[in-house]
Amino acid sequence: MTKKYTCLKSYSRSGPGDAGNTGSWRVLRPVLDENLCIPVKSGKKACFSCWLYCPDGVVSRTIPPVIDNVYCKGCGICAEHCPTGAIRMVEETVLAVEEEE
Amino acid sequence: MHIIESGNTAAAHGVKLARAQVIAAYPITPQTPLTEKLSEFVAAGELDAQYIPVESEHSALGVCIAASSAGARAFTGTSANGLLYMHEQIHWAAGARLPIVMCVVNRGVGAPWTIWNDHQDSMSQRDTGWIQLYACDHQQIIDTVIQAFRLAETVNIPVMVCYDGYILSHTYMPFDIPTAEKVDAFLPPYAPDDALDPGKPCNLNTVTMPDTRQDVDGNTAPGYMDIRHSLHADLRTAVEEVVAIDREFRNLFGRGGNPLVESYCCDDAEVVAISLGSLSYQLRTVVDALRKEGLKVGSAGLRLYRPFPDQAIIELLSGIRRVVVFEKAISYGNQGPLYADLKSALYRQTTRPEVENYILGLGGRGIQTEELTSILRDACQGPGVENDAPRFIGIRI
Repeated sequence: MTKKYTCLKSYSRSGPGDAGNTGSWRVLRPVLDENLCIPVKSGKKACFSCWLYCPDGVVSRTIPPVIDNVYCKGCGICAEHCPTGAIRMVEETVLAVEEEE
Repeated sequence: MHIIESGNTAAAHGVKLARAQVIAAYPITPQTPLTEKLSEFVAAGELDAQYIPVESEHSALGVCIAASSAGARAFTGTSANGLLYMHEQIHWAAGARLPIVMCVVNRGVGAPWTIWNDHQDSMSQRDTGWIQLYACDHQQIIDTVIQAFRLAETVNIPVMVCYDGYILSHTYMPFDIPTAEKVDAFLPPYAPDDALDPGKPCNLNTVTMPDTRQDVDGNTAPGYMDIRHSLHADLRTAVEEVVAIDREFRNLFGRGGNPLVESYCCDDAEVVAISLGSLSYQLRTVVDALRKEGLKVGSAGLRLYRPFPDQAIIELLSGIRRVVVFEKAISYGNQGPLYADLKSALYRQTTRPEVENYILGLGGRGIQTEELTSILRDACQGPGVENDAPRFIGIRI
């Protein structure tokens, strides 16, 4: 078809960052306590509930699991599903003060 | 081959010849015989399509949107409240730029319930971004359905083919069914470059930002307003495409020639009656009678209502003294929608005709040829009306 028609659509390949740096939307940041995390403690590829339930796919299936804070929106589903309570949701403002210090 | 059949059957033959691949529809009077006929074609193996029965009109168009996204030629049809139940998906189909074709068998809108004809249903959808074509007889129905697929797939915009409930849908008229070979030559198979493919996963119509954004490949992806502006720009260009496709159709099939506005006795006319659909043909009878009285009067019907063929309207009405717009719909609390659009098209002209607006035939209220004759005779001989208030014809109480 000739380019007589602009025919713009919302069409994209899926991949990180398709909706921009969504981490900037975050109010609460998930912070992992490796002392409580099952894969870290057992040294086995086990549990990974955080990886499984993350709706944005920003948690890695590695030991330890790594959360990509560039895209994590801070929804807290990982913390909700973690069977050992290894993930805490911490206010970004608190972390910002700590990081400054 | 010439047959004598109903308008709904004419539409069904058009869909069959267009080789629609997915049909999803929910029955509603007066559309029902159209979808019944299509399901018969599919059941008999005469049409190689998936006929998907659904629980509502919203789902019917939802199925067509999915099928069209996957690269199938999709068709649906409905009327009145069924069309309104689709409303959210109607906007969606246009914004997603899917070339779906839908027959709207025009019927009045409840409440109160009516199953009879007027144009309020399709008029209420005029701002959704679909192309709207109106047919005036059975031959135009079948020809317009075939052309609608070609048009939709050329400009990536869905098309409504509107025709009058009962007056056209249930009456019998002779019409020609073109051969499949000719239609195949006119309408090649639908082959979009970006159909959904499990081998190439992608996101369609996900949330857009107010501004543009960088996509994962680092390209600038359009924002909502860019996408919507593109729909409007392509709709405006589609007017030329309607003309080009009609020309090609005429060369192959020998029919057509007035794809924007179909006029009758307008060349030397002083007064012109404007309307949509079969009413414009009824008005030809009135024109014939008044011409015998020596009155210079003509009738014109818009075949294309969206995008609005304003340039064709301006050319047709240049030098006309008075224009009488007859409508089977009203923008409640204001005027007839066609009347307002027509006046808007004429506003920048230095010499403008006088304009009058009549509302008639709502919910199938009988439209008497004698009444139309009397109004047009007055428009030729009388002083004209003094304001824009629409005048209702045929009010009994």
